[in-house]
Amino acid sequence: MNKIDSLEDRFQSRIDKEEKIEARDWMPDGYRKTLIRQISQHGHSEIVGMLPEGNWITRAPSLKRKLALLAKVQDEAGHGLYLYSATETLGISREELLDQLHTGKAKYSSIFNYPTLSWADIGAIGWLVDGAAIMNQVALCRTSYGPYARAMVRICKEESFHQRQGFDILLTMCNGSVEQKEMVQDAVNRWWWPSLMMFGPNDSDSPHSAQSLKWKVKRLSNDELRQRFVDMTIPQAKILGIELPDPLLIYNETRGHYDFGEIDWEEFRQVVGGNGPCNKERMAARIKAHEEGSWIREAAVAYAEKKKNYEKASVA
Amino acid sequence: MEDQLKEFILMMADSSMILGQRLGEWCGHGPVLEQDIAITNIALDLIGEARNYYRYLADVEGINEDEYPMKRDVRKFRNVLLTEQPNGNWADTIMRQFIFDCYHYYHLEGMTESSDARLSAIAKKTIKESSYHLSFSGEWVIRLGDGTEESHQKMQAGLENMITYYDELFLPVQYEIFCRSKNICGDFNLIKKNASAKFNSVIHEATLTIPEMYHARKGGKSGLHSEHLGFILADMQFMQRAYPGLTW
Ligand SMILES: [Fe+2]
Ligand SMILES: [Fe+2]
Repeated sequence: MNKIDSLEDRFQSRIDKEEKIEARDWMPDGYRKTLIRQISQHGHSEIVGMLPEGNWITRAPSLKRKLALLAKVQDEAGHGLYLYSATETLGISREELLDQLHTGKAKYSSIFNYPTLSWADIGAIGWLVDGAAIMNQVALCRTSYGPYARAMVRICKEESFHQRQGFDILLTMCNGSVEQKEMVQDAVNRWWWPSLMMFGPNDSDSPHSAQSLKWKVKRLSNDELRQRFVDMTIPQAKILGIELPDPLLIYNETRGHYDFGEIDWEEFRQVVGGNGPCNKERMAARIKAHEEGSWIREAAVAYAEKKKNYEKASVA
Repeated sequence: MEDQLKEFILMMADSSMILGQRLGEWCGHGPVLEQDIAITNIALDLIGEARNYYRYLADVEGINEDEYPMKRDVRKFRNVLLTEQPNGNWADTIMRQFIFDCYHYYHLEGMTESSDARLSAIAKKTIKESSYHLSFSGEWVIRLGDGTEESHQKMQAGLENMITYYDELFLPVQYEIFCRSKNICGDFNLIKKNASAKFNSVIHEATLTIPEMYHARKGGKSGLHSEHLGFILADMQFMQRAYPGLTW
């Protein structure tokens, strides 16, 4: 047995024993790369995800909802920050990460390329999008990379609050006028399928999945997570008294799960590939913010330098 | 409640509300992630503060707190003109914030001893937040003013844009004079003296220059606003105007 093999074997046996891998530990190159790709993609999704909801901050219908939405979008910024920090432990800088996002080399969740057209969309995003994110993230609290797992634990607490808040927006509207209920139904019709797409391709079409599961970077497969999400969501839709836009949704006694219709994978490919309804706007907004921030970042560095000199001068 | 007191409370409420609304426009678009989070924090504090004042009025008048921000038209708003000015670039936003914080902090300080128990309670709670805002915006004025050539120029331009709205903050209108006579708010001269001292020292440390001549604009406190406010309200009140009388 050569030395490389034994390092990899030792690494895998630590993973098998559910030991957490830390930043200083030896890890295979592929493991590092997979983590950088996955965690940064997750971080980018938090940041780009601020845009569709941020869109409604100035128009929120009440003081209570405005404050809750501001706090929610701010939480997402915080999540982005934890995740970028977790990625940085793997030896890549924030500047490089942002560059990958802005050049399109790194991906973010396709869901954020859909537009928010009514206030009900804010409820639907909280309920469905944060709901789907939780499915993913709860499983990731047990991921093998320590910094990622710890970031997930912090994030999960806030996400479940977001989901309850989103559900509360929808419930309030469903208890309101006919117009409000129609608004909710319309929003759910638009957000349901993109939410199912958040879990990624079917397992049979997911090339990286098997290795990620072996490394315990992922803990459950795309299809397992998607099924859990569907099973969790249907009873909640009943409480709201709305229809989910899938005629094939039906409880399967033998499986003990809900069956559901086929996802439009062509739409998914289009949106991931840059042709969703808002891809261009989302990227343009992120690039603009970053570019317009460059003089501020430069000034902060320049001032920190000057300040060091001021202090030296005053000591001397 | 006397009309004069109500107007005074609206002036405090609307100023924080409108500035919070403006800062909310940055959320998701901040120049650096950390600054995005920080500016949203300030927005949350200011709108939270405004809500406390609106609730006070709502309790007295027996109506919903949202009636005040969501249903009044431009001429009924009492916010100072400074707060409705557009965000501009980050330098404009930071300068607007710093000027407001200088005023707001010392104004709240005076109000902690208000003869009106509810206002004094709000001021005591809010001044902790305001003190944080003042150090945040003050540090950034210095950092950017004394940063690079480019950042210096941008901050100087920001100062020249916003200084126009400085004087209104300290010029009491009739309902403020009434409130002062009842010890509801602090002494205007003292507020101005403390705020100016803070303002001048930070501007000096930031290597910026206050223009010798500028035209001081006023009117916001009496409901005479710039054109910007109408557009702010069009956004802010959209839902309540488009779907009146519903619960959200
Ligand atoms: Fe999040
Ligand atoms: Fe969330």
